Amino acid sequence: MMKAYIRSAITISPQKTFNSPAFLNDLVEYNSNRLTSIEPDYSEAIDPRLIRRMSRIIKMSVASALACLKDAGIASPDAIVTGTAYGCLEDTGIFLTNMVQEDEEPVTPVAFVQSTHNTIGAQVALLIKCSRYNNTFVSGGASFENALLDAMMLLSENNAANVLVGGMDEITDMSHIVLSRLCLYKRQLVSNLNLFNINSKGTINGEGAAFFLLKNIPSANDLACIDAVATLYKPNDVAEIQQYIHSFLVSQSISYSDIDLLIFGNNGDSKNDEIYTQLQQSVFNGTPSINYKHLCGEYPTSTAFATWLGANIIKNNNIPIALDYQETSKNKINKVLIYNHYQNIYHSLILLSSC
Amino acid sequence: MGVISGIGNNVAECLNALVEGKTGIDKIKYLKTNHRDLLPAAEVKLSNDGLSVISGLAPHTSRTAMLSMIAAQEAWDNSGVKNIPSLRTGFVSASTAGGIDKTEEFFTHFLIDNKKGKLRNIINHECGSITTMVADKLGIRNHISTISTACSSSANAIMYGARLIKHNLLDAVVAGGTDALTRFTLNGFNTLLVLDEQYCRPFDENRSGLNLGEGAGYVVLVSERVALLLEKSPYCAISGYFNANDAYHQTSTSVDGDGPYMAMAGALAMSGLQPMDINYINLHGTGTQNNDSSEGAAIQRLFHPNYPKMSSTKSFTGHTLGASAGVEAVFSALAIHHGIVYPNLRLQNPMAAFPFTPEIAFSKQPGLKHVLSNSVGFGGNCSSLIFSKL
Repeated sequence: MMKAYIRSAITISPQKTFNSPAFLNDLVEYNSNRLTSIEPDYSEAIDPRLIRRMSRIIKMSVASALACLKDAGIASPDAIVTGTAYGCLEDTGIFLTNMVQEDEEPVTPVAFVQSTHNTIGAQVALLIKCSRYNNTFVSGGASFENALLDAMMLLSENNAANVLVGGMDEITDMSHIVLSRLCLYKRQLVSNLNLFNINSKGTINGEGAAFFLLKNIPSANDLACIDAVATLYKPNDVAEIQQYIHSFLVSQSISYSDIDLLIFGNNGDSKNDEIYTQLQQSVFNGTPSINYKHLCGEYPTSTAFATWLGANIIKNNNIPIALDYQETSKNKINKVLIYNHYQNIYHSLILLSSC
Repeated sequence: MGVISGIGNNVAECLNALVEGKTGIDKIKYLKTNHRDLLPAAEVKLSNDGLSVISGLAPHTSRTAMLSMIAAQEAWDNSGVKNIPSLRTGFVSASTAGGIDKTEEFFTHFLIDNKKGKLRNIINHECGSITTMVADKLGIRNHISTISTACSSSANAIMYGARLIKHNLLDAVVAGGTDALTRFTLNGFNTLLVLDEQYCRPFDENRSGLNLGEGAGYVVLVSERVALLLEKSPYCAISGYFNANDAYHQTSTSVDGDGPYMAMAGALAMSGLQPMDINYINLHGTGTQNNDSSEGAAIQRLFHPNYPKMSSTKSFTGHTLGASAGVEAVFSALAIHHGIVYPNLRLQNPMAAFPFTPEIAFSKQPGLKHVLSNSVGFGGNCSSLIFSKL
């Protein structure tokens, strides 16, 4: 499969990432196990009459998508592909609550209509009148990865010269309560900036929307390339993960020493992070690495944020100081490998390179 | 292939009902809803306990997962793929409801006290976890993914599965979708005022809405190399597919049917076929004013004056939402395999706007070669698939 050129990348996240000229030079600290996206003034991008009806995830995603297209100078892409594990949770919660409390006599269909998982891709298509390919993946921790794979297949099939691809998930008050009851998050007060210094159970809840405009040919303004994306489902043990990584690198004709930077999905949960430690002590021994979930929190489509981060690191040839990176002798960052696993169900690899 | 729907719990039972013209739409019996006396639906004729016995999943599992398990297992067993060692296999399943039937139960308690509600009823809320539950039972693990594009979900799952094989990422894929009837969807469609209180009448001048259904349908797609290794020859080939967006309105389709037109035309172009080569269209045909006039307009634009035979099998199964294109893919493959065309039940007054009439009776069509299956969904998502005789 041919590589995809990232023409633009936009994210709305719990950090100052949207409409910000600086690249993560001023990290936002949260003393909570719930990180919330920093939302911009949407009225610049979206008709205020539409904004009123949109839930938070729809607003974050539509604004990111439109900004991404604008940055790339593309009015309407050849395809729109999104990935979201939970979909439009707020609207789902509103309609469910209404239905239960009103004993099946809900009054308005708005929340129901907007609760479908494809609402974001559909809203973007509707706003820009894009009648081309439109698809939505709801594959848990591999939702963004499948959207990316779909996009890359489309680019290879010659049916699309450019694809808008995004990953998004939102936290709602209800989802945070429910996921907290599943014991996913840290119980003690912790700063996100200190996430990896506390060895304890649980992570911090996160959210965000990230969009990318991918092209099948290079241009002068590309941030980076996506060489490949791969997922591994429920590996039996670390050896299987190691084997999978090895096969992935072989398929890309590169060796471990070609990787200039690893972006790891450590989320601060001691059990969850053991896998990263084991890989770092074995196959990735000596490869420089950074983490990213202290910035955006843990959620099933966080690799979309990681892809935004990796692409900007390559573009700027610079790792923000705030990411606590150990300097190496390398002076050019050519290849960045994102390795993440979500609850040890889906493991994924996304390889980025300079163009 | 494998299927479960309001007209049968497997391929043989569904085929039998299609041949005999027996609808699965009835008074709601299994779903606990206040609307059960007013709104008919095509439920699978088994309680959750009954589905549990066949699927091997615990009775408290989401009905969506049990339906998926039963149809996917039938497809998987029927294909013979599992007898061939070391193939790269995948499971691409579609759903719109996911485990929301259980979330409904959870919410009843959770809304009173947010410390209440059984967690086992919420952990599989996500559509994706229904897929992984079934994949694990099938023993498929090289690729697992879930698609949700409203009522066109399964068509996109089948397309994605076909493309994963085409790109040589997999050798065989179980692709299709599943949706149980839930209070969430029943009430949602009810607030949109698109549910018929009578049995639905797709493509009838006097149609007044859709009936919801439930079910699951899967086809097993294999590469040409794998097809040669299998003992049984394939039912048919997928010769064309296309995904387009109507980009007109969140819940209704454009008057001229731009989305369905682009989907059908795109699928034809990919297959290299001309409109006149299509022998049968399995219509999306929900029975709503909007869908049938829009889809009809698109068909008129593309096929006039040579109309293939056509019918909406939703007159049998109701609208199974995210499962519909999977269920109808199985029906399309059966149409080719047996050389048969299904009736559009209860059609009395064909739509005056169009010069064509869907089939009103079952017929044998030994020369049936190419079947077009349409799907149209919320958010303008339109996808068409073409199945061809080998």
